[in-house]
Amino acid sequence: MKRRAWIVWLPPVFSGAFFIGLWYAGRAATGLQSWILPTPGEVFQAAWTEHMTLLRAAAGTAMGALGGFLAAALAGLAIALVLGGARWLRTGLYPWLLVVQMTPVIVVAPIIVLWAGPGLPGIITVTFLISFFPIVVNTTQGLLSAEASMVDLFRMYGASRWQELQMLRLPSAMPYFLTGLRIAATLAPIGAIFGEYLVGNASGGTGGLGFLVYVYNTQIKIPALFATALISCLLGFIFVAAVSWLNWALLHHWHDSFERHDR
Amino acid sequence: MSDQPPIVQFRNVNKHYGAGPPVLDRISLDVVAGEFVSLIGPSGCGKSTLLRLVSALSPVTAGALSVDGTTPEQAREHLAFVFQEATLLPWLTAAGNVELPLRLRGVPPAERRAQALELLALVRLRAAAGFYPRQLSGGMKMRVSIARALSREPRILLLDEPFGALDEITRNHLNEELLGWREKAPFTALFVTHSVAEAVFLSTRILVMAAGPGRLHAGVPVDFPYPREAALRERPEYFAKVAEVSRLLHTAEEGRAA
Repeated sequence: MKRRAWIVWLPPVFSGAFFIGLWYAGRAATGLQSWILPTPGEVFQAAWTEHMTLLRAAAGTAMGALGGFLAAALAGLAIALVLGGARWLRTGLYPWLLVVQMTPVIVVAPIIVLWAGPGLPGIITVTFLISFFPIVVNTTQGLLSAEASMVDLFRMYGASRWQELQMLRLPSAMPYFLTGLRIAATLAPIGAIFGEYLVGNASGGTGGLGFLVYVYNTQIKIPALFATALISCLLGFIFVAAVSWLNWALLHHWHDSFERHDR
Repeated sequence: MSDQPPIVQFRNVNKHYGAGPPVLDRISLDVVAGEFVSLIGPSGCGKSTLLRLVSALSPVTAGALSVDGTTPEQAREHLAFVFQEATLLPWLTAAGNVELPLRLRGVPPAERRAQALELLALVRLRAAAGFYPRQLSGGMKMRVSIARALSREPRILLLDEPFGALDEITRNHLNEELLGWREKAPFTALFVTHSVAEAVFLSTRILVMAAGPGRLHAGVPVDFPYPREAALRERPEYFAKVAEVSRLLHTAEEGRAA
């Protein structure tokens, strides 16, 4: 057990130290100035001096990301249930879902501001648009992938369509839904920051990390910009960790992906 | 035997899927209540299709099929099916899986749990009631699967190569136990298998089928008395019966080559 913990922790710590060293070395070798390539020390220093601003912005972004993520999860599941209902629904609706997915959000940003309004509603809409698609595709696949012999069993034992959905198709789709959620969890913070960058500044003082990017860039506070990137990355990790936990909580009893391979 | 009305009756039944070639050709067959009938034959002889017809998973193309004195759809209530794979729901415990048919019927939770535990005790898995399928061995999963089928208290039990994926030792044990369970919860069995030895050990009658198109080649009564014990497998008359069925299986395949 002890030996395993070592194997998990040591390599990333070493590689991390190596990359930081490389960063310092690169800076020393090229002689670039701090406003082009700040050292890790300068980035942490900026993060410290700006920490109140950064944390408040991160909290704002987290709100937008969470709102958009939850909307994507609910709507994604609902759309998947519709698509899973019949083949004609899939062939009839899927192309239009693709249209929504393929339209670059940056193009429709002004329309979103016009309809949803600036600030949080607009940001949530952008986050939703960026993160719902993988949930729909994965969950639909899951609803359709219940084993044929199990479907036969349910039919033969007189299950209603509702029972079949509730006791067979939804549980079968659960791992797929969670995979969709995991992809969406990596996209949601990106979506929220992108949303803030696009529509957040129209709101005036709401802030958010996306808006900070805009502010620090115009002020040429490059170390603070790096610090913003760091915080955004942390936010993403928190989202993914939360979904990974959910995945574990719902699946570890029964799903093969949690099979222990003792050697 | 002939004074009882058949519980399963095929009259000139044909079956093909869509515009495909015939899978079953002019099947006429009477199965009487209490029989244990094994279907054996080369792959593609339509023996699994025959079970699908009886269970109303697939309609007959032509001819008449009556089950339990009525149509296959109407008879479903008194029928249970055991597939080659255990087909357990992986997110339910062993007890949860055995309960499933009762749950679909709307039996209240406490009652169905009690019945499930009783059935798990019957298949000697009472201690594994709370285990998930992935924690069970292949043989244990099949026991759970059979317990689930028995929870319907079926008059007719259809088994589609249920022990085909198991090792021979496990298979022999389950053969003996299956006959034991049948003593306690009597059912008429239609049993598809690839194993002559298994068919001889279990059945009151063996139907040898031929392929291309699937048809009945020969029927062999097996009149060893029940209860049958493992020692039956060492007796000369058992070997003789195995040899007889093997020979018929051989001629069934030759017929196809000719």
